[in-house]
Amino acid sequence: MIVKNGESSLDHKTVNRRLIKENVSYRTFLSRNSENRGKILIFICASLIMAATMSITLFLTLQGIRSFTVDGLNPIKFLTGIHWNPESHQHASYGALPFIFGSFTVTILAALIAAPIGIGSALFMTEIAKTWGQKMLQPVIEILVGIPSVVYGLIGLSVIVPFIRSQFGGLGFGMLAAAIVVGIMILPTVASLAADAIKSVPDEWRQASYALGATKWQTIYKVVIPAALPSLLTAVVLGMARAFGEALAVQMVIGNAKVLPHSLIEPAATLTTMITLSMGHTTDGSVLNDALWSLGLILLIMTYIFIILIRFLSKRGRLS
Amino acid sequence: MNSNKANRMSIFLITCCAVLMAGILLGLVGYILYQGFSHISLRFLTSDASAFLAGGGIKNQLWNSFYILFITMLFTVPLGIAGGIYMAEYAKPNKLTGFMRSCLEVLSSLPSIIVGMFGMLVFVNFFHWEYSILSGALALTVFNLPVIVRVCEDALRSVPQDQRLSGLALGLTKWHTIKKVLLPAAFPGILTGLILSAGRVFGESAALLFTAGLSTPNLDFTNWNPLAPNSPLNVFRSAETLSVHIWAVNADSIIPDAKQVAYGAAAVLVLCILLFNVSARCLGRLVERKMTGK
Repeated sequence: MIVKNGESSLDHKTVNRRLIKENVSYRTFLSRNSENRGKILIFICASLIMAATMSITLFLTLQGIRSFTVDGLNPIKFLTGIHWNPESHQHASYGALPFIFGSFTVTILAALIAAPIGIGSALFMTEIAKTWGQKMLQPVIEILVGIPSVVYGLIGLSVIVPFIRSQFGGLGFGMLAAAIVVGIMILPTVASLAADAIKSVPDEWRQASYALGATKWQTIYKVVIPAALPSLLTAVVLGMARAFGEALAVQMVIGNAKVLPHSLIEPAATLTTMITLSMGHTTDGSVLNDALWSLGLILLIMTYIFIILIRFLSKRGRLS
Repeated sequence: MNSNKANRMSIFLITCCAVLMAGILLGLVGYILYQGFSHISLRFLTSDASAFLAGGGIKNQLWNSFYILFITMLFTVPLGIAGGIYMAEYAKPNKLTGFMRSCLEVLSSLPSIIVGMFGMLVFVNFFHWEYSILSGALALTVFNLPVIVRVCEDALRSVPQDQRLSGLALGLTKWHTIKKVLLPAAFPGILTGLILSAGRVFGESAALLFTAGLSTPNLDFTNWNPLAPNSPLNVFRSAETLSVHIWAVNADSIIPDAKQVAYGAAAVLVLCILLFNVSARCLGRLVERKMTGK
């Protein structure tokens, strides 16, 4: 009897224990604790991303203005001077205008190369050969986007530079070669964004245009392009932002001369190529090092200007 | 008649643009593979790079590229997925979310050389990690994070609203719904995006110039102690990756076969990235088929 009782009580206990155990797991399933833990984790990660952005801006700004605040360079002379001559001891001069000029020229030329071809390809994908054009060009764009910039630079160095040398004379290195390399590099970006922009134009507008008797081309340039224009401009500006910041591919083909070039096929330099070439060889805290950080600050400011420009354009795109 | 002519003319021009772009791709990849293939051999892939003589290989550079990619992904994946969950599920339409979106926009449009300079300032100089794999991987994390966040956000947003609601209707908490219902459903999309971004990280060079350095110590591939200075696993040693090597060989190298080494390395790089591209697509499709049971 006693034994039996004991057994039954034991049975009861195990059953109870299992019940409680199930209950516990059930509770974690619904508990607010795990909810809070997850939420905190997510918020920490999100704030880390914000902290990274803010610290990049802050640190680079602080480091970039050192050449003006600590080393006493004149900001206006820095931006407009055309002589970059940090080696001479008596008359060391830091004029960044050749590099700023180089960066802007290469960027604008690259956009002039990439915009027509990119938008043309986008039109082909969306207006002319909707099904198979899309199927053919989508992978082309994706692979071109993925090819690293040094490979573009290598191609520029071994194909485009010799080609320019044989056609126009000179060394072949220069802003023209850089613009072609960067233009090809930003081509897929421009094309894919332009295709998205054109796709978002409603089909009824095209049909209305055809119903009025317009040809395909008339529809494209009187209806589709005006409607998608702000987004198309956004695509080009985004490509330009990428071109402005490209470093190694440009460095390989531009020739790296620290002077204002007289033509497109003379060696020149850009902001990024100067940083790439000199940053590793300078000592921390020297005037040259600080001046290079100031070049970096100009790049950062231009990035922000491009972002503001893109915001402005996409806002206009939404209104129309 | 006239408008008809203009129509035909313009369609021809547009087609030329598309043909030109496809031609650029074929020419580019074809040229690199054609020039580089003759130089790729087992010896090229498994011997050390030489400083003066011809016949150097890319063993260390190849290893460094994969190792930095691995360490970068170790940091990026949890942070990026958490960021994506925040943007897709928790972010309310307020000022903070707008600020976060601006931050991601800024991060994604920063030139990679700026990211490299930031890495130099913070990881190399301030934390005194010198030129190291860790500095390089952290710089690449900054560079890669916005991409992963966007991929993860898009993948989560494309999960049907019904699945979210049914999870909540079963009495699950929001976090549990995300963890057990939404993330698995979004997994194929996230995986594809991760592999594609891995290709981008693999080819990145400007951000690594000032963070991971231009040299590699003599590695001893039999020493797997991560604290030894000549161990391939050590994260505090400098490391030249494949793409940086291509640049360095062209920029300031005195080896006589610089061109061949550059072509060979570029061919390996392009092949790896094509592999990433193809595997992203295949794996994504495979996982999706397995999960949906179609």
